[in-house]
Amino acid sequence: MTGVDRISPDVLDLDLQDAEVERHLSRTWGTSPGFWGAIATVDHKVIARRYIATAFVFLILGGLLALAMRLQLARPESRLIDPDRYNQIFTMHGTNMMFLFAVPVMGAMAIYLVPLMVGTRNVAFPRLNAFSYWIFLIGGSLLWLSFALDAAPDVGWFAYVPLSGPQYSPGKRTDLWAQMITFTEVSALAIAIEVVVTVFKQRAPGMSLDRIPVLVWAMVVMSFQVIMAMPSIMFASTTLILDRLVGTQFYNPAEGGDALLWQHLFWFFGHPEVYIIFLPAVGMVSSMLPTFVGRPIFGYLALVMALITTGILSFGLWVHHMFVVGLPRMGESFFTASSMAIAVPAGIQIFCWLATLWLGRPVFRVPLLFIIGFIVTFVMGGMTGVMVASVPFDTQVHDTYFVVAHFHYVLVGGAVFPLLGAIYYWFPKMTGRMMSETLGRWAFGLIFVGFHLTFFPMHILGLQGMPRRIYTYQPELPWSGLNLFISISSLILALGFLVFFVDVLRSWRHGLPAGPNPWGASTLEWATPSPPPPYNFLRIPVVQDRNPLRPEDKELPVAAGLRVDRRELLVTSVVEALPEARESSPQNSIWPFWAALATSFMLVWSIFSPWAVVWGAIPVAVALIAWFWPKGTPEDEA
Amino acid sequence: MKSRIVLDVSKLPLHGMGNASLTWWGTCAFMLIEGSGFALAIAVYFYLMSMAPEWPINAPAPDLWAGTWLTILLVASVIPNILVSSWAGKSDLRKVRIGLVVMSLMGILPLALRIFEFPALHILWDQNAYGSITWVLLGLHTTHILTDLIDTLVLACLMFSKHADNPRRYGDVEDNALYWNFVVVAWLPIYACIYWVPRL
Amino acid sequence: MQSAWDAQGHSAEVLKHLMLGIIGVCTLIWLLVVLMLFAALVKRRGQAPLQGEHAERKTRLVVYLSVAVTTIIVAGLTLASFFATRDLVVGRDMDLTVRIKGQQWWWQVTYEGSSFGPRFQTANELHIPVGRNVRLELESIDVIHSFWVPSLAGKQDMIPGRMNVLTLRAERPGVYRGQCAEFCGLQHSHMALMVVAQDDDQYRRWAQAQALDAAVPDDTEVQAGRAVFMRKPCAACHTVRGTEAQGSSGPDLTHVGGRRTIAAGLLETTRGSLAAWTADPQTLKPGTNMPIVPLTSEELQQVSAYMETLK
Repeated sequence: MTGVDRISPDVLDLDLQDAEVERHLSRTWGTSPGFWGAIATVDHKVIARRYIATAFVFLILGGLLALAMRLQLARPESRLIDPDRYNQIFTMHGTNMMFLFAVPVMGAMAIYLVPLMVGTRNVAFPRLNAFSYWIFLIGGSLLWLSFALDAAPDVGWFAYVPLSGPQYSPGKRTDLWAQMITFTEVSALAIAIEVVVTVFKQRAPGMSLDRIPVLVWAMVVMSFQVIMAMPSIMFASTTLILDRLVGTQFYNPAEGGDALLWQHLFWFFGHPEVYIIFLPAVGMVSSMLPTFVGRPIFGYLALVMALITTGILSFGLWVHHMFVVGLPRMGESFFTASSMAIAVPAGIQIFCWLATLWLGRPVFRVPLLFIIGFIVTFVMGGMTGVMVASVPFDTQVHDTYFVVAHFHYVLVGGAVFPLLGAIYYWFPKMTGRMMSETLGRWAFGLIFVGFHLTFFPMHILGLQGMPRRIYTYQPELPWSGLNLFISISSLILALGFLVFFVDVLRSWRHGLPAGPNPWGASTLEWATPSPPPPYNFLRIPVVQDRNPLRPEDKELPVAAGLRVDRRELLVTSVVEALPEARESSPQNSIWPFWAALATSFMLVWSIFSPWAVVWGAIPVAVALIAWFWPKGTPEDEA
Repeated sequence: MKSRIVLDVSKLPLHGMGNASLTWWGTCAFMLIEGSGFALAIAVYFYLMSMAPEWPINAPAPDLWAGTWLTILLVASVIPNILVSSWAGKSDLRKVRIGLVVMSLMGILPLALRIFEFPALHILWDQNAYGSITWVLLGLHTTHILTDLIDTLVLACLMFSKHADNPRRYGDVEDNALYWNFVVVAWLPIYACIYWVPRL
Repeated sequence: MQSAWDAQGHSAEVLKHLMLGIIGVCTLIWLLVVLMLFAALVKRRGQAPLQGEHAERKTRLVVYLSVAVTTIIVAGLTLASFFATRDLVVGRDMDLTVRIKGQQWWWQVTYEGSSFGPRFQTANELHIPVGRNVRLELESIDVIHSFWVPSLAGKQDMIPGRMNVLTLRAERPGVYRGQCAEFCGLQHSHMALMVVAQDDDQYRRWAQAQALDAAVPDDTEVQAGRAVFMRKPCAACHTVRGTEAQGSSGPDLTHVGGRRTIAAGLLETTRGSLAAWTADPQTLKPGTNMPIVPLTSEELQQVSAYMETLK
């Protein structure tokens, strides 16, 4: 808690010198030292850094699982890993990479970058943000704990009923999976709300809709997708638990339920999920690219429209995961057309990036290398995406290694490549230090080559009839050679990631000092020192152009008149970003942590007894009331 | 980088009301999430109905009285709810206090009626898919009422405390009223599904 | 043998042509994009970047054009898929109906009576006459499986509580391997089946032989094996037609010795593999529903001898 040694109330930054403002703001917005200070902080940058670091730890763990699978598949009829463990491994790999790495890391980038890019001091609901991280951390840890105890879910990350139902998956493994989904939903939904409200209401004065950075637009579209899609998986996982725990009949065909209902619900979430991961990544590309070509992005409006169109279309595609379940012909044609149609907004974005490169002068730094690798790889994934969008084509490749290849091209090529580029790009902002250009080139080269050597042959394996999710295959099948090749190639890919992580750790301590704007970029986050102080901006910037930091400008136009003795930020109007109010922003609080613990307790207990929802809700309610009850701080004044 | 002050915001209000308030937007986002959830649950209801040879499955249609009285009560509660909201807009503390007490009662009464709704369904959740979805719809909405009731009770306590006379609190009262309207509106399609669709 | 490229059935051939076409078009597009990318990367090295309305005008035209072309190609591929789907239909007349029930982790195959022969049941091996339209009725009795013989046709899921239909027409005789394509639990990896396409005469002979009851053994070892089979739990799960073994939770073994493989494609059928499988199914296929039945080595010999004679 700050507030000791308080200066006289109502001191505005207008009346103070910069150094004085800095001193007061640091005290007002800072995180207290010590363990409880760290637990209680609501600084979006601190939380986002934790989020990113945790997600990358999960990436490493998920990558190790992938290596284990490749080890098992390197030889036919290998007995290294038994089928039960293998099923746990691929279930964990998928669940972990989707729910504990890809979605959270994109959300984490959003909560780090969005407030800085729109020029405000914190996200809209800072305590919700802290809550979100604790829930994510606890949920993810629980899942891995279950794996360590050999009790991890084993029904695939899609958990199709009836295999995941009470009859064919006794025990608590599947319940744990379903409840872990709830944890990640809650944390993702929390981030989505923060991002939407931050972008709608906390943009710097003058940042009208047409001046919002493309990455921020992407994060807004992603957040709306989360808001619309997550309830679907929440409903699905809850009803699955109900079927398993109290005997409801949602998925039991004998009592009026239906096995395909699960697939509809799962993919109504699952398909947008792909774009929840992918849109932030393309937003990163659109926001990084101008820096490395020396000119603004080509086709800003087209890019934003493409993002929004993709966001909407992504809700009309879920059936293309169900092309072989035996749906009516008419439906198939519709979903083929809609799945193909999403290639158009994707194409628009590709062409805009190519045009930007065409008109600009490329500077080959590591982030640009990742962008180039992204375009080459993602377009391939897009092409195989067009292939599986065709129902007849899909009947031959669905649930084979062809699809495994396809979605790794889209998710690794389309999202992880830009993300790694983004880490190289924003690492200086987050830590104040540059990452190594040499190691970065090595990391890029190894990851790019290793990735293609690992995943391209999977297309061929799929066409040769190798199904997914098999723990072994028989020696007489013609797959052993390619599988061995893939397993060896995956080591190159792993080595690339190792170089990347070495670079991160090394640069963290010993990287060259970065300065506020090492790349000469034009978005607002680069107007702050690196790393940014707890209050982000000494004074809130005033935006007069789509690229607020033009190289020719010597001064940053800013607004003044905010209090320095309490957390205060500017609320602006949705369209024009005209100032509306000086809103207070909540102080650090320990209660989000307790609320997260209470919620976790209730969720885990409810795997075992339905009464947990009743009794477990009491501590949750207590924590929430304590969270919201006014504490008489200056932030409560109005 | 040097900065140049071009805008003085010191004259702005310290808390935005209506859609200038962050919590208003937060409440809207929350309603969007829940609205998607309800829409989906209703979609599942019709999906299961389309799969079944008869609907309801092995059960008579639910008795109408409890659900219908609850619906009347909920719709009627919108009037005091809107009044509380407008009193909060005028920062009239005395009336807001009275209004919140009334709204607390308006939250408790439907819960009492809800107790009679479950037996009126004439089916249990584990008998068949019809029973499952009906119970889940009703259960979801019960949770909905319950959360808003707790919110209203806490707000009522706050409004009798020293923290009461504050634009931020009046904003909270308005948002709570907005949310209660949503609770009522969300109930109407659910009511139609549970009580009238089986009679079609 | 199990490949979408090795098309030996009507559907697989139609699909192969469609796939080649789409892959060709897509590869071309990808090459063009990468070419453009590298052209853009080298074009302006060392020159100042272009900005402003004038510089962007020509580029904008190219972008518009590219988007238009993308739209046209996407529409074209959609139409191509639509026509391919239409070509998959081989006509309404079915020469044979076979009901296949997927279960953890094998296939129950029931032939409806037809002009080729009476109704009978078998497992894990499907025989079809070449050039005939065979209607497969796909069901599941436990979890979701997927029927997929890539050389003959695209896959189709088997969903509990529903029935899906797939038409097979083999154009050439041969043995085509298929495998469950939907994750179905522990032994999803070992759930294969063989499709044997034969000419009408061979098929008719096979079908008529399959419809017969099991051969009555005259060899003493085989007779002893049969006795062990009936005495031990084997008969509770398996059917051997013409005997008191009427179990239905495991595959019908009436003609097991005549099938190419045992345990759903796991092992080639020999006396040795039959013995190994009977002795320790849980090591060969961990998690299979077939339990370890304690047998003396002599009993094991006898049972496997019996199994082998069930042709």
